[in-house]
Amino acid sequence: MLRLPWFEHRAPRSVAEAAKILAGEGPRAMLIAGGTDLLPNMKRRHQAPKVLVSLRGVSELKNFSNGSGTNFGSALTLNQIVQNPKTPAALRQAAAQVATPHLRNMGTLGGNLCLDTRCNYYNQSYEWRKAIDFCLKVDGKICWVATASKRCVAVSSTDTAPALIALNAAVTLVSSQGEREVKVEDLYRNDGIEYLSRKPDEILTEVRVPKGWTSTYWKLRRRGSFDFPILGVAAALKFEKEVITEARIALGAVASRPFLVEKAGEFLKGKSLSDEVIAQVAELVANRAKPMDNTDMDLYWRKEVADDFAGYALRELRGDDMRETRLRIARSELA
Amino acid sequence: MKKKLDVVGKARRRVDARAKVTGALRYADDLFMPRMLYAKLLRSPHPHAVIEKIDAEKARRHPGVHLVLTGKDFPVPFGIMPVSVDEYPLAPERVRYVGDPVAAVIAVDEQTAVEAIALIEVRYRILKPIESPEAGLNNPEPRIHDYGEQGNIHRNQSYEFGKTEEALKSSDLVFEDLFFYEGNTHLPMEQQASLAFVDPEGRLQISSSTQNPHYLHRQLARVLQIAETRIRVVATPNGGAFGGKCDPGGHEFVVSKAALVLGRPVKIGLTREEVFYVHRGRHPVLMKMKTGVTKDGKLTGMHLQTLLDGGGYGSHGPASTFYTGVLTPVTYHYPRFKFEACRVFTNKPACGPKRGHGTPQPRFGQEVQLDKIAGKLGMDPAELRLKNLTKADSLTASWLRVGSTGLGDCITKVTEMSGWKQRRGKLGRGRGLGLACSTYMCGAGVAIYWNKMPHSGVQVLLDRSGGVIVYCGATEIGQGSDDVLAAIVAETLGVDTGVVRVVSGDTGITPVDLGSYSSRVTIMAGNAAVQAAERLRVQIAAVVSETLGTLPDRVVFSQGRVFAADHSGPGMSFVEAVAAAESQLGTLSAVGSYSPPKAPGKYKGAGVGPSPAYSFSSCVVEVEVDERTGWIHVPKIWIAHDIGRALNPTLARGQVIGGVYMGLGEALMEEQSFRRLPEKLSGALVHRAPSMLDYKSLTSLDMPDVEVALIEDPDPNCPYGAKEVGQGPLLPVMPALANAIYDAVGVRIDEIPITPDKVLRALESESKRVGPQSFPSVPYPEPMFVLPPWEGGDGKETKRDASAAVV
Amino acid sequence: MGEKFRCGLTVNGERAEALVLSYKTLLEALREDFGLTGTKHGCELGECGACTVLLDGEPVLSCLVLALECEGRAVQTIEGLARGPELHPLQAAFADFGGSQCGYCTPGVIMTAKALLEKNPNPTRQQIKEATAGNLCRCTGYNQIVESIEDAAAKLRAEAK
Repeated sequence: MLRLPWFEHRAPRSVAEAAKILAGEGPRAMLIAGGTDLLPNMKRRHQAPKVLVSLRGVSELKNFSNGSGTNFGSALTLNQIVQNPKTPAALRQAAAQVATPHLRNMGTLGGNLCLDTRCNYYNQSYEWRKAIDFCLKVDGKICWVATASKRCVAVSSTDTAPALIALNAAVTLVSSQGEREVKVEDLYRNDGIEYLSRKPDEILTEVRVPKGWTSTYWKLRRRGSFDFPILGVAAALKFEKEVITEARIALGAVASRPFLVEKAGEFLKGKSLSDEVIAQVAELVANRAKPMDNTDMDLYWRKEVADDFAGYALRELRGDDMRETRLRIARSELA
Repeated sequence: MKKKLDVVGKARRRVDARAKVTGALRYADDLFMPRMLYAKLLRSPHPHAVIEKIDAEKARRHPGVHLVLTGKDFPVPFGIMPVSVDEYPLAPERVRYVGDPVAAVIAVDEQTAVEAIALIEVRYRILKPIESPEAGLNNPEPRIHDYGEQGNIHRNQSYEFGKTEEALKSSDLVFEDLFFYEGNTHLPMEQQASLAFVDPEGRLQISSSTQNPHYLHRQLARVLQIAETRIRVVATPNGGAFGGKCDPGGHEFVVSKAALVLGRPVKIGLTREEVFYVHRGRHPVLMKMKTGVTKDGKLTGMHLQTLLDGGGYGSHGPASTFYTGVLTPVTYHYPRFKFEACRVFTNKPACGPKRGHGTPQPRFGQEVQLDKIAGKLGMDPAELRLKNLTKADSLTASWLRVGSTGLGDCITKVTEMSGWKQRRGKLGRGRGLGLACSTYMCGAGVAIYWNKMPHSGVQVLLDRSGGVIVYCGATEIGQGSDDVLAAIVAETLGVDTGVVRVVSGDTGITPVDLGSYSSRVTIMAGNAAVQAAERLRVQIAAVVSETLGTLPDRVVFSQGRVFAADHSGPGMSFVEAVAAAESQLGTLSAVGSYSPPKAPGKYKGAGVGPSPAYSFSSCVVEVEVDERTGWIHVPKIWIAHDIGRALNPTLARGQVIGGVYMGLGEALMEEQSFRRLPEKLSGALVHRAPSMLDYKSLTSLDMPDVEVALIEDPDPNCPYGAKEVGQGPLLPVMPALANAIYDAVGVRIDEIPITPDKVLRALESESKRVGPQSFPSVPYPEPMFVLPPWEGGDGKETKRDASAAVV
Repeated sequence: MGEKFRCGLTVNGERAEALVLSYKTLLEALREDFGLTGTKHGCELGECGACTVLLDGEPVLSCLVLALECEGRAVQTIEGLARGPELHPLQAAFADFGGSQCGYCTPGVIMTAKALLEKNPNPTRQQIKEATAGNLCRCTGYNQIVESIEDAAAKLRAEAK
């Protein structure tokens, strides 16, 4: 049986207390919430924090409030997000497609946003990685995906982040020094190692989602559950009658960070979703997808179908009945 | 006395169900003993290297460590087949794949063992890794093993049954196709585990998740150099096996040796990643298939060439190599048949037997090619198959005896169920139906090691309370073998399975059964069980017939009662009958044993392929393909399986659906594939995906509903007529999917797995095909020539020119 | 050897305590320290579902739950499901409808199904497949698992009437 390495466990009762522990322990400490990302990584010795700071007992992180925007505590589980009737469609669909029902009972929204980047050469046991003399991301010198690359190209695999970027959401980061608000799109950096702009002593406490968007999320993965995204397309629109007044389309799982496709948003403004417009935007979006050969399925194929997935998203937002397609792709209606 | 069946054929709760649904069943890793220690293996990080030095001093001194073992502690090699004894529990001087075990630590707990493993220093001298069979053919050096045919060729064989080139030349049409079938692995839910200890009498006992306790027993005696009488192997219930627990594993020898050295119980549980390294799964096979046919759709002959990627050790490879050819002519009549097969060593985990052992690969090629032939001839693919079926009680060109066959009925039934005639080709663009068929053995005709003893033995013991105990070496791996034994004995003695206790898979107390492989248990252990129970029935009938006022052969045993066939009296209870018999005869027990019939073929190699009976299956897959993305959706599968008789229809149906599931997984996504890092920078050759997440298997959401028909025409060679069902139903699924995709969007994917990217690539290509482009030059030997039965042969090798003289 | 802690749980309705090495997951503690080996393991990485138990009523993967974080919480395992000598309707259905072949994924699937039926006593086949989509099975092809859960749901609904 795979075993965890030794660690010391701290169980603060408040964000302030947790922040203080983080500040005191420095880099030897890591936060743990649902544990579904960190514990497998620890078992494979990707990370071996000496101190685990558990957020389980911090009840303020499980708050939910609904005012001018919708505020989700970062320690709400993904299933709690799915079941909340106030959760906007894209976030609900994204959360509902993370991993498996069991893991969604455990994994949290904050954990999914801070998910470690993934790579076929990285998400392996210590012994496996030793057999390739490790890689750039941890313990090694070469990126085996792109051997000339100076940068780690591990892929962002969070489903909820592209959804929240499209929804123009922001997160609150709290440290012992104070707190700040960061747009979700600015939470990420295009670097497989330093993939978050969150500082190690900061705690992601809350996600604030503005209202008024019609949104959706389409995920590509091989199977109906378990698998991380190998493409995620999130789209959020505001309409006046049939004319788009604002549009935000974000991509996940095609780079080391999820990102907003600004050009697509600009292009859509003032237009309505004709087949032609959808095809043009889908192309714009797909051009930004630069998948690498470091996750599941054929790289060129993933690139090739990106426009189809963007098309699914926009057609759904136009009001087309996409249930059959959704059932084929997600293997669930996500009702 | 014939009677209506009471138990056989009735849907019933399997005898081990309660233990399974309550969590009470103890698998190997669920066993704990006082003073138990834990073992952990150090495995090679190099695909191909010479071990120059192992320094384990630091590990030995690590607190909590009791013992460190290395290759020096195991001077005797092992191998599941006598012709491939090429493995050591811990590699003494050479490692042949990433994951090859080189040392072991035994410590107070698993965590400590893991820590100590990291302290062992091994100095390796790196050798060039051989990554593929093609590379193995091109690079005779460095040799992975110093035995085998030549260079890195492990096995190389060639057979010709009648002049095949001649037959092809005189055919109206000849089809030549290349196919590739990627390797995949068993992925049993239970990771292998073993617990060894010295019993109170000083003998070694090992409880292990093995399919073949008897073979493990023999290999333990060999490697540990102790008498077989000093060893007891208990096969714990396997949490799935599918062929992956057939070979003895290094870990089993390590814990046994450690228990003997330390005098304490030693347990090991493999991690999931290690299970991928133990492997012994489906061989990647490249195939070239040349088939002749007349204008009206009669097959004239086939020339099949296969090239197998064997991995680093022999394992069952010699048999696997045969199986890529020998069963091909069992489904359809080929007047002439030639097959050449070559297995090459590569620096990857060894391949071996997985559900269908060696036959899914050629079956895929054969059934896809038949679809192409039907298309070219403008025939319904079902009609083409029906036209070429082998006949019951016939011989194939290769001298296999086909006994009963229900393949025609299977095709008729599955086409009815699926609406084949009305729906095929009429579902609209992007939707299609595909059909394929297959056959499988009901047990291998010869044992893995040469001997003249029975393949299976059963002892049945009756106690005066009416209880029945069945002892048999067969192993419950989830397939339901305990239930099969209980049902057969209960039926024969006219009792409920509730009074039957099955003791199985324990070489210390059960008669030998060769193991749970080659779909042999129902037929072989079942026939032995019938014989044992029948002997008891005869003994009891002889005693009670007088009291019942009838003749012994007119005594009926049914539903716990023993009575005269004409119901002339009230009869007596089974318990009373047993008591009467025991009073007169003493303690009641009988043994039964079973040996399969002799193979009709007399040529060297004729021992692989013969079986007491063959099961047959026919499958229709429906598919929807998105032409823009290649995305594949399988809404429904129908399958008809010729099972002879279903002993327990619930279990039989479960085996069929389970086989379809595993076949569909192989067809769509399962791949045991490897990554060779850029040669200039690295010598690494690693498994791409040694985890449950990355090795893709179907989830509940990916699995369609399966409609099953069991075709029942009892086979006289089988117990109550029951043929195998564990492996056969997997086989037609992959080609049926490929054929359905062709029907849906007109592209041929001539390789497994069939993925959306390949479909899209085929759709966008000129040839409308994705598949292998060439077959390398393989130095197959001059074929052994044997005349088919209808050309006057006698089943022996003959001179090629003899045919003219005989005809 | 390392440090142990006193792990106190409510296991199948009864208060239980054991000394547990502090790095252990709930899976390891249940199997190795509480003697409850009915909970199985297939990967220990959250990739198969074999180790599913109910933690405060929700199905979770015990291989990814720190034993340290279970103090005072309620754990339900397969051992606690039967009603005395009587099988729970889910257990009976899995036994009767072929939902269990090798039996290794069975405890995890049954516990998952129990949580489903408590929330949704009358699930559709699709809902059953979705709820069990985190439990890999290599034997059954899932069809008979779905049928077993459907049967148990019907029996439980009848009981509730």
